[in-house]
Amino acid sequence: MGVGIEVINLNAWYGTNHTLQDINLNIPANHATALIGPSGCGKSTFVRCLNRMHETNPIARVTGTVRFGDLDIYEDAKPVEIRRRVGMVFQRPNPFPTMSIYDNVAAGLKLNGYSNRRALDEIVEKSLRNSALWDEVKDDLKKKSGASLSGGQQQRLCIARALAVDPEALLMDEPASALDPVSTSKIEDLIFQLKSQYTIVIVTHNMQQAARVAEKTGFFLNGRMVEFDSTHKIFTNPSDKRTEDYITGRFG
Amino acid sequence: MNANVPEIRISQAQLQPEAGPPDGQRPVEAVQVSPIRAFLLSRGNSAIADRGFHWLMVLCALSIFGIVVLIAIELVLRSKLAWSQFGFDFFIKAYVDPYTKLPMYWDPVNGHFSALPFVYGTLVSSFLALLLAVPLAIGVAVFLTEMCPQALRGPLAFMTELLAAIPSVIYGLWAVFVLVPLLREHVNPLLIRLLGWTGLFNDDNPTGLGFLSAGVILAIMILPIISSLTREVMTAVPHSQREAVLALGATRWEMIRMGVLRNARIGIVGAIMLGLGRALGETMAVTMVIGNNPQIVRSLLANGSSMAAVIANEFAEASGDLHLSALMEIGLALFVVTIIVNALARVLVWAVTRGAPAQVH
Amino acid sequence: MPTEHKLRARIRTGIDGAATGLAVLSTLLVVAPLVAIFAYLLYKGASSLSWAFFTDIPKPVGEAGGGMANAIAGSGILLAIGSLIGVPVGIGGGIFLAEYGRGTKLANAVRFTADVLNGVPSIVMGIAVYSLIVVPQRHFSAFSGGVALGIMMIPTVCRTTEEMLLMVPHAVREAALALGVPNWRSVLAITVKTASPGIITGCMLAFARVAGETAPLIFTAFGNMGWSSNLNEPIAALPLQIYVYAISPYDEWHRLAWAGALVLIVLIVAAVSLVRYVTSRGVLKGAS
Repeated sequence: MGVGIEVINLNAWYGTNHTLQDINLNIPANHATALIGPSGCGKSTFVRCLNRMHETNPIARVTGTVRFGDLDIYEDAKPVEIRRRVGMVFQRPNPFPTMSIYDNVAAGLKLNGYSNRRALDEIVEKSLRNSALWDEVKDDLKKKSGASLSGGQQQRLCIARALAVDPEALLMDEPASALDPVSTSKIEDLIFQLKSQYTIVIVTHNMQQAARVAEKTGFFLNGRMVEFDSTHKIFTNPSDKRTEDYITGRFG
Repeated sequence: MNANVPEIRISQAQLQPEAGPPDGQRPVEAVQVSPIRAFLLSRGNSAIADRGFHWLMVLCALSIFGIVVLIAIELVLRSKLAWSQFGFDFFIKAYVDPYTKLPMYWDPVNGHFSALPFVYGTLVSSFLALLLAVPLAIGVAVFLTEMCPQALRGPLAFMTELLAAIPSVIYGLWAVFVLVPLLREHVNPLLIRLLGWTGLFNDDNPTGLGFLSAGVILAIMILPIISSLTREVMTAVPHSQREAVLALGATRWEMIRMGVLRNARIGIVGAIMLGLGRALGETMAVTMVIGNNPQIVRSLLANGSSMAAVIANEFAEASGDLHLSALMEIGLALFVVTIIVNALARVLVWAVTRGAPAQVH
Repeated sequence: MPTEHKLRARIRTGIDGAATGLAVLSTLLVVAPLVAIFAYLLYKGASSLSWAFFTDIPKPVGEAGGGMANAIAGSGILLAIGSLIGVPVGIGGGIFLAEYGRGTKLANAVRFTADVLNGVPSIVMGIAVYSLIVVPQRHFSAFSGGVALGIMMIPTVCRTTEEMLLMVPHAVREAALALGVPNWRSVLAITVKTASPGIITGCMLAFARVAGETAPLIFTAFGNMGWSSNLNEPIAALPLQIYVYAISPYDEWHRLAWAGALVLIVLIVAAVSLVRYVTSRGVLKGAS
């Protein structure tokens, strides 16, 4: 079960750089929402504000409100608590290099003190199945290191790792941009499967990808959210001219 | 799609119809939260553990300052006695031996202490070491960085590293039984014959110990550090500088001289200073070959002593508080001087390599 | 004109050749003492090494034989005490420099001071620890010797740890943070763990450097011709014993000094070679 994310007047800075300006939107639960826009428009920053990763940078600053359901994630909770409720998958797969596949998936739990071995076994299997990696690695769970897999497999491993903590939402920052087309399509299939159980926010450069997997799409430009609507509408009949220009390839 | 998804979901949110979810939808609260989620929600935010750990790490880092301060305090406290007794004269005064009428500096029996011969010995042996080591070190660095065939570079660099790893006492051992006899039998007579007129080499001391032996073994010991740091600063010079000089039609040596050495000049001075710092404080090898006679003579072949050597020799059996305090004061002087030299050297090296040097020396 | 040019070109080529020659000569002159020292050590040391060397303690003057078993054991104990102090504090300092204080003025000051501290003569460390521990306790001890060695290890371990931690890719840290792992846990279980091969080699380097130190032990551990039974007694150490034997007038002891020197140098060279192997072969797992 996922959680809806409500964003109110979000502003973000990197030092003096006003990266996000007055963002307002509602991300629906249990659906996939895509964020598109040209490079440097702030989509990654936005997503990182949703799990309070933006503030790990010492010169970063955020104002505004972000709500998970009823919870104001900046006022009513600490970063660590929020990040346990929201998973993140990064652009470049980043499995923990010194850990086995098993340990990678279980990392979010083990490093938070969970020690029930049998339950962990179940969770690892379930997460790997959910990320379509189980069949490929089930014989080498503890023998192979996370870094020994191929790029696409590593990214699915990272997805499994994020799923293992049973998050309410999954944030994906261009998860397939560093992967080959076959892996990309596998990941897109995955998102399609997962979105009924989790709230998924996916940042993507690839408009076709957004069209394939997401119900709603937001178009970002220069730190502002220009338009946020159903994917169908954005791609066939956008309200804003800038959106139309981007979609038709006039820039970006 | 072959993803197999057996789910153990406890509850489902109500989904909107396919027309697209309305905005602002908040999901119905789950009846039961999964055990994982419950577990994670129950974990605290570990703010205390984080802060505690942070401060523990800060403490460890501050220990570095603590060590310096501690050493300084101990040395200053223990030298107070000698300082109050002799003041600054401790470093410049010369007494006179009542029987021989010759200058005398270090007389524990009668409580006369002057550090002058040790300062002299330290300076002489160190500068002699620099004189011998610097040209060789730069030569090696130039060879390894600019001229050496790639295959040889690794082994040769490794060998210089090995030279740096040899403990001082082993250098001393080798110096006593191999170097000193070598100098005594073959080199010193030559020096006396050819250069005796300078007054720097006279034959009063047949043992082969003395300033020269100390200088030579020190040179061998400081060579690796000067060489490897020079290599580092030379490698830090960007290739564009080399290419610019070559494009003007320079020979390889001219390219090295004008394109590399000139740019790395400041760093090389820093490397030399680091070598000096090492030479100033070197103890065991120097003690074993310098002859341990607190005198000031012009001949490099004469016995002498150094600041570090006298401490090593006399500390354990110092006769009386004043003697000990005098030795402590010499130690304090050594501490202050090596800190200044090393700090200056690091600043110079940093200026060329821009940031923390890549290797710990 | 052309002949002038030719002459100048000839001179320049000549100088170039001379410079090359000098550089090669320097290298040979540097390699020569190294080879000489090792060869002599091997020759003199090997002939004096025997099983008794590793099992016996020194015999009184005049009696043949004896060994340095107590010195080897003593060095081991001193290094253990030193490591107990130097390694945790050094690694902690390195963690601060890389994870918490990166870029701050404090970190720069710590780094600079650590480098400068590395250049302080070890004999100064020795007399400082003497003043700090031996004087109040009124006796020499293995404990004070260990403290002296430990203090010497801290700056080296700190800097190498920092270097190794900086090599851990930022993505790995981010992955741990994004999972909601507490910061301290992430630093230890992820970042430090990833850099651990490098950190261990850094410790080995400090270990090897300190293993050969004599000066700080002269007035702390002081040395012991027999076994010592507790940490509050003077204790023998290999480099210290070598020194005492080397400056003695007895041939028999000179032989033992060579044997001891060989053992010491073999251990140090082994450590240095291992460090080089690990760092150069990129065996630093995952830190790339």
